[in-house]
Amino acid sequence: MEGTAIRLQSLRKSFAEVDAVAGVDLEIRDGEFFSMLGPSGSGKTTVLRLIAGFESPTSGTIELAGRDVTRLAPFERDVNTVFQDYALFPHMTLEQNVAYGLKVRKVAKAERIERAREALRDVRLEGYGNRRPSQLSGGQRQRVALARALVNRPKVLLLDEPLGALDLKLREEMQVELKELQRDVGITFVFVTHDQEEALTMSDRIAVFNRGRIEQVGTPAEVYEHPATPFVAGFVGTSNLLTGESAEKVVGSPGTYSIRPEKIRLAQAPADADAGVGSDHSTAVGTVADVVYLGDSTRFLVDLDTGGRLTAVQQNLDTSSADVDAFRGSRVRLHWHRRHNFLVE
Amino acid sequence: MTDTAPAAGLGRRLAGTLHRRPRLRLSLLLSAPLFWLIVAYLGSLAALFLSAFWTTDAFTSNVVKSWNLDNFVTVLSESVYRDVALRSVGVAVAVTLIDICLAFPIAFYTARVARPRHRPLLVVAVLTPLWASYLVKAYAWRLILSEGGLADWVFGPFGTEGPGYGLAAVITVLSYLWLPYMILPIHAGLEQLPGNLLDASADLGARTWRTFTSVVMPMVFPSIAAGSVFTFSLSLGDYIAVQIVGGKTQLIGNLVYSNITLDLPLAAALGTVPVAVIVLYLLAVRRSGALNSL
Repeated sequence: MEGTAIRLQSLRKSFAEVDAVAGVDLEIRDGEFFSMLGPSGSGKTTVLRLIAGFESPTSGTIELAGRDVTRLAPFERDVNTVFQDYALFPHMTLEQNVAYGLKVRKVAKAERIERAREALRDVRLEGYGNRRPSQLSGGQRQRVALARALVNRPKVLLLDEPLGALDLKLREEMQVELKELQRDVGITFVFVTHDQEEALTMSDRIAVFNRGRIEQVGTPAEVYEHPATPFVAGFVGTSNLLTGESAEKVVGSPGTYSIRPEKIRLAQAPADADAGVGSDHSTAVGTVADVVYLGDSTRFLVDLDTGGRLTAVQQNLDTSSADVDAFRGSRVRLHWHRRHNFLVE
Repeated sequence: MTDTAPAAGLGRRLAGTLHRRPRLRLSLLLSAPLFWLIVAYLGSLAALFLSAFWTTDAFTSNVVKSWNLDNFVTVLSESVYRDVALRSVGVAVAVTLIDICLAFPIAFYTARVARPRHRPLLVVAVLTPLWASYLVKAYAWRLILSEGGLADWVFGPFGTEGPGYGLAAVITVLSYLWLPYMILPIHAGLEQLPGNLLDASADLGARTWRTFTSVVMPMVFPSIAAGSVFTFSLSLGDYIAVQIVGGKTQLIGNLVYSNITLDLPLAAALGTVPVAVIVLYLLAVRRSGALNSL
């Protein structure tokens, strides 16, 4: 059994009348890439700031590696943070920025320069040491922020939406790089993001936040395939919920069901509706309300005859945009394996 | 094409013409202020400088327009003038340092500690002394510092008395008068300081004092320099507060004032001294790199 890097117990933080964090219990293991996923205002960043020590909790406790740090100042905690907008010191060179943490901890000058250069090399910014943050691109600043935090060799690295300001392509590159970096250094990463794809790609485990609480903690596969609540089903992946009468007719029993759009197959609806579909499949008939061509795939929005709307995603293996467009307004039959009906409520 | 254009009123035609002629727009915008700046502002400074090269007829006190450097020689060689100039610079430096020490904590509170919705009110509160007349405030201080006045009463229990009228009183009153001019720029500088830089510093292990010296001070130094330009130049040019609370103390402004009717050219030569000092001061501030990030 691995050790526990961070333990949060009944953590609560109120600003004025509002509970930003409304009772969070969480254990993050040593060396894990842990993501806190949720919409803005869900409390995930506040939890991160509580762990870093920038805010102090209204109640509850925070333990780092078994030590209660709830009332300690940020400079007394063995964690480092990569900020959303990087928070590089504009009046210092990159080398001074990276060496800052070593300098305040009184590491000898020769050693800290050596380590700062090494850290800059690790993030592929060798030879940039004398530049200032204003002379860098967003992606480069991001890497300096990483180097500045990692050079201190913290037990835990906190990352507050560090990729949020980057464009899509750079973001995808950095996702891979970050994940590799984490594997190499073996430090616990706590990664805050509102991007579910990012969380699914990079994390060992994910906590899904909503309204100051954790809805579910699990591996990416667990969270995606077995969402614990309707909120998780809707927030992670595309929302596809069958409720009420429609659920009863299609699935066969009442409740709220989540079905992933890529599990649903779609066919032109002939008169003999159920031909060729096994009894282990759920089926629904409806009208295509809209077709969204995404290049590699197409998203069909289908209004069911039984009420409600389902989204089905199909790979464009043999179809062109003209082919899929022809589906608009046509009658279709949807079917999917019963095991993809996931009861969420 | 013309028949599809909207009905062209005079205003619309004018707006269209202006839209197509950026130079015309710019000259309309700047001609009045440039006229003011060049003729009234720089012109009067030039007149001052030129008249410093003239002399005064000792009998009639009339200005004689003969060119020479006598006045500057007098100002630089006579020990009275040198002493007064040095004293004036000393007062300006003292006032500036006192104001920095007083303004920083206040500005830190108004810009970073106070609740955001209280901050505009606090800025207004800092500005309220500027609503009252300079003379009223100076005379109020005369009362405070008078014999048996408030200052004596406050210092009495400590077995001493107030500073009375003199150099200390001048420095005190000038510090009081120019304090808002120091608070405001520092407030603005601190307000613009991103909060997460302070978080980042603490996160990297820096205690509060370290964050203050390594992050806060370097970043608000331009604001302090801006405030000091105000307090320094205002102190250097002042002569009224000195007359009211200075006792026998004389600053360069008093010499200018007392010479202005008798010997205008000499007054003008004296008046160029603060100008020269402030130019040197601004060059020093610029050299320090404080203005690079503005």
